Parts: sequence; C-alpha cells; structure tokens
Amino acid sequence: MATAEARGTRLGRLERSALTGVLVREAVNYSSYWRSSTFSSTVEPTIYLLAFGFGFGSLVSKIGRYDYVDFVGTGTVATAVLFSSAFPAMFGTFVKYQFQRTYDAILAAPVDTEELVTAEALWIATRAGVYGCVPMLVAMVFGLDPSWGMFAVPFIGWVAGFGWACFGISIAGYAKSFENFNYVVSAVLTPLFLLAGSFFPLDNFPQWAQVLANLNPLHHCVVLVRHAVFGWDGWIDLGRLGALAVFGLLVWRVAIHAMTRKLID
Amino acid sequence: MADLAIRLRGVVKRYGSITAVDHLDLDVPEGTCVGLLGPNGAGKSTTMRLLTAQAIADEGELEVLGFRLPEESKQARAQCGVVPQLDNLDTTLTVEQNLLVFAHLYRIGRSERREAIERALRMSKLVDRRASRVDKLSGGMRRRLLIARALVHRPRLALLDEPTVGLDPQVRQELWALIDALRTEGTTILMSTHYIEEAQRLADTVLIMSHGSAVAAGPPSELVLEHAGHEVLEVYGPPARLAEVEAEAGAAGMRTRRTGTSISILGVDGTNGFTIEGERRPANLEDVFVLLTGEEIA
Repeated sequence: MATAEARGTRLGRLERSALTGVLVREAVNYSSYWRSSTFSSTVEPTIYLLAFGFGFGSLVSKIGRYDYVDFVGTGTVATAVLFSSAFPAMFGTFVKYQFQRTYDAILAAPVDTEELVTAEALWIATRAGVYGCVPMLVAMVFGLDPSWGMFAVPFIGWVAGFGWACFGISIAGYAKSFENFNYVVSAVLTPLFLLAGSFFPLDNFPQWAQVLANLNPLHHCVVLVRHAVFGWDGWIDLGRLGALAVFGLLVWRVAIHAMTRKLID
Repeated sequence: MADLAIRLRGVVKRYGSITAVDHLDLDVPEGTCVGLLGPNGAGKSTTMRLLTAQAIADEGELEVLGFRLPEESKQARAQCGVVPQLDNLDTTLTVEQNLLVFAHLYRIGRSERREAIERALRMSKLVDRRASRVDKLSGGMRRRLLIARALVHRPRLALLDEPTVGLDPQVRQELWALIDALRTEGTTILMSTHYIEEAQRLADTVLIMSHGSAVAAGPPSELVLEHAGHEVLEVYGPPARLAEVEAEAGAAGMRTRRTGTSISILGVDGTNGFTIEGERRPANLEDVFVLLTGEEIA
C-alpha cells in the first residue's frame, strides 16, 4: 500500500523529502520549457559579451592587466547569473501564485512555505550556476585562456544565484502586480548591473561610488569570477564569498517572510 | 462514538472587517462523508483553507486527524488529499507527470510510487490519457485528475472543495460515482458544495453554513424532517396572490419560502383543514437550505 512516509511521525523544518518534492516538480516542468529558458538565459549575456567585447574592444585593448575581451568575458558571467536568477524568480514566482495557483497545490501537501521558497531558490541557483558559465565558454572561443580556477565559477554562480533568486522571490512576494516589477528593474537591478564592474572598471569612480559598489553583491560575483579565472586574491576573495553568502541568507529569510505573507491568510 | 477526523471548536477567521468564519463548530467522524452546504460567501472555502493551514484561525481550536492546527498541520497534510475549487494542475505536463510530482510531494517511497500512480490512473479512468498534456484534456478529465492527484497517496481524509462546480450534469454524475466509491472504501470525506443534490446524494451528514456560521447539521433526511416536515405545498399565482397566501400561511403558523414564481408552504403534513389550493410534493433539502440561509440555490 502506498502510504505517506511521514504517517504517524512528527515532521520537522526544511525536510529533505519536502525539498526533493518541490525540486522534482521543477525538474519535470523544466523538461517542457528548457529550450526557451536556456535560450534567453544564455543568448542575452552572450550578445552583451559580443557587443561590448568587439564594440569597446576595438577602442580599449586592455584594462589593467586584462585584455578587454577577457575582462568582459569574465564580467558577463555575473550578468548571466543575474538574468537567469532574479528575473525568472520574480516573474515565475508571481505567475505560479497569481495565475497558476501552483503554490496552493504544493502547500496542500506536507510542504511549508520555508521549504517551498528554499527549494525554488535552490533550483534557480543551480540553473544560474550552469547558465552563468556560458559567457565564459564563449569568451574561451574568442581567446580566453582556460585555467583550473574556472571550475569554481559554477559554484560562485550558484551562491550568487541563490541570493538573486531569493531577491526575485521576495519582490514577487511583495508585488501586487507585474507592473511593480518595472520599479525594481529600473531603480534597483539596472543600477546594480551597471555598477558591478562587468563592462568597465570601477577604479576611476568617485570614492563614494566605490564604497557603494562593495555593497553590490553583483560586484563581488564579478570580481570573484575574474579572480577565479586569472588568479585568486586570498582572504579578500574569501571575504567576497562570505558577502555573497550573507546576502543570500538575508534575502532567503526575507523571501520566506514575503511568501508566507502572500500565501497564508 | 467513532474517532473524529476533523474537530473544530469556536473557529473564527476574519479578513479585516469581514468575518468569513464565525465561531464554527464541526465534527467529522472517521469513515463518513460530511457535506458543507452553503451559498457563495458562506465561508466554505475559508473553512477548507483553515484545515490545510493555508489560512490561520484568529480564534478557536482545530484538530485534523488528531493533529492540532496550525502547529502540526504538516503532519495532518501528509495524510490528507485536497481537491481545490480552482484547477491548479501543471498544464504543460502530462497526466502521469502530474501524478509523479505529487507522489514525490506526498513522500511515497520509490518502490511504491509506480503502483500508486497506476492505481490513481485506474481510479480516475485516465489510463489511456496518461501521456496527454493536461491542457489537452476536457474539463471533466481535469477534474478527475485533480481527484486522482489528491488520492495518489491513499489519504485518510479527502477535502473536496466544490468538486463538481462548473461541470455539466453528465460529468458531475461521473465524479459522484468516483466520490461514492471513495466513501465506500472508507476514506473520510469533507466536501463543500452549493449543489443541494450533491450533498443529498453523497453526504452522510450535512452542515449548512450561512455567513460563516453553522445554521444546522445532521443527516439530510433528518434535517428535512426537522425543518420542512414531510410535505410541502407549492402554490403558483401572480405576485398579489402569493402575498396573500404568504400572509394566510403565516397567520396559521406555517413557514414559507419564495421560489420565484411560486411560494412553498413547509410542513403541511397532516394539515387536512388547510384550505389553500396547491400542489403537494415531498419536502427536500433545498427547502431547508433556502429556509435557513434565506438564499436561493445556484
């Protein structure tokens, strides 16, 4: 007889079975939309890479010790991570609770909001970690030398992607309509995207802007990826990874709060 | 007395100034089918959401399968199956994939998963459509799949929120057969509906709700006897005549209800001296429903 494993037992928080259940749903669903998702998450950053690499690259041959194409190739990884985490999290979460009522169905099973949000963020982070590598691979075609540190890039993308996924879920949780996302994209994501150091260095910016950049998780992702590819910077990079982890943990709790407020009356 | 699958005491749920559920008491003994009957806005769906902890009560005690809510709702949900009022299937997945996802969510072990899915497909008569995408299914098939999805883990308690709303009569009858089979197997069922016939056919006990409160509870036949007697006199005529009849019946201490073009005088059994002309018919649950809620049925 098929019975619930939990029958007669007390269920705790963040259970593996619940996380697995939500992840299985995402994985099965992914089989029906992976083409479009992969297309949008990889082609857009690649276009940025090609446009900036060959556009600015014809004017600027080097930035510091990096060839400009290498500089942009590594910087665009963070862009790909952002595009494949924050945006799907915002729009996907909103669609699932507002139109498809998917979360109502899941929460009727033995899954709580904390597990739902965590599993959704883990799934998006995993995709972001993979998609984030695409610009780097394209850059390799155009001359970026391979290095052992590149193997750390999916992990950096995963950590950053988790934070951005939780950020997107939080925004969706607080949003009342799709239109609300315009404010976030224009006033938050675009400035962070431009102040990340993906396409140009921040060294010549005013001091206050450089300080602000250090509060930008995307900037830490850009620098970490660059250092992974061209050479680590020791404890400073560990600090940057810590900053990404703290960002992820903070927005994870915010996302859980936002979605609990949205899904539980 | 049988153990209670659901026990609510003094449950209140407010949304701002609106009290959706107002000091509701509800007992659902194990192995029975209880129908929550009420007009739109009576608090049926809110009650269902309270039972899955998707809404948290402001006051009162809730127990589902012996677990206190909301603290232990996850344990309770592991043993419940929920059929929502609004379709929330994954439409781009196939029938089988939908069941597979919920087999995982309901923690069915790997060795039992295949059999559980096959059983759910057979029960819902969707074996031949297992590979069809949900957005290619008819409304009735989608409803059957919703029920199969809720029952894939063989729950002790099934919560059916308006399971046949919006379906044509033929499909509704198919689903009634499905629910009846479930009841025969011994699954406890709490079913909200605003279809009188559905409650009368399927429910062992009916709880009539109005404005968030329970206004009557009991087996359908007893409710009819208690509130509407054995027979009802149906009188047709122009509005002025109906007003006269209403006044005359009222003066004789009889209860009446308007039914659009007619007026029904309840509990006329044995009133042989009653002089008003009309058609006598057996009293039914609809008479009780309209009498107690003051609202016409859908």
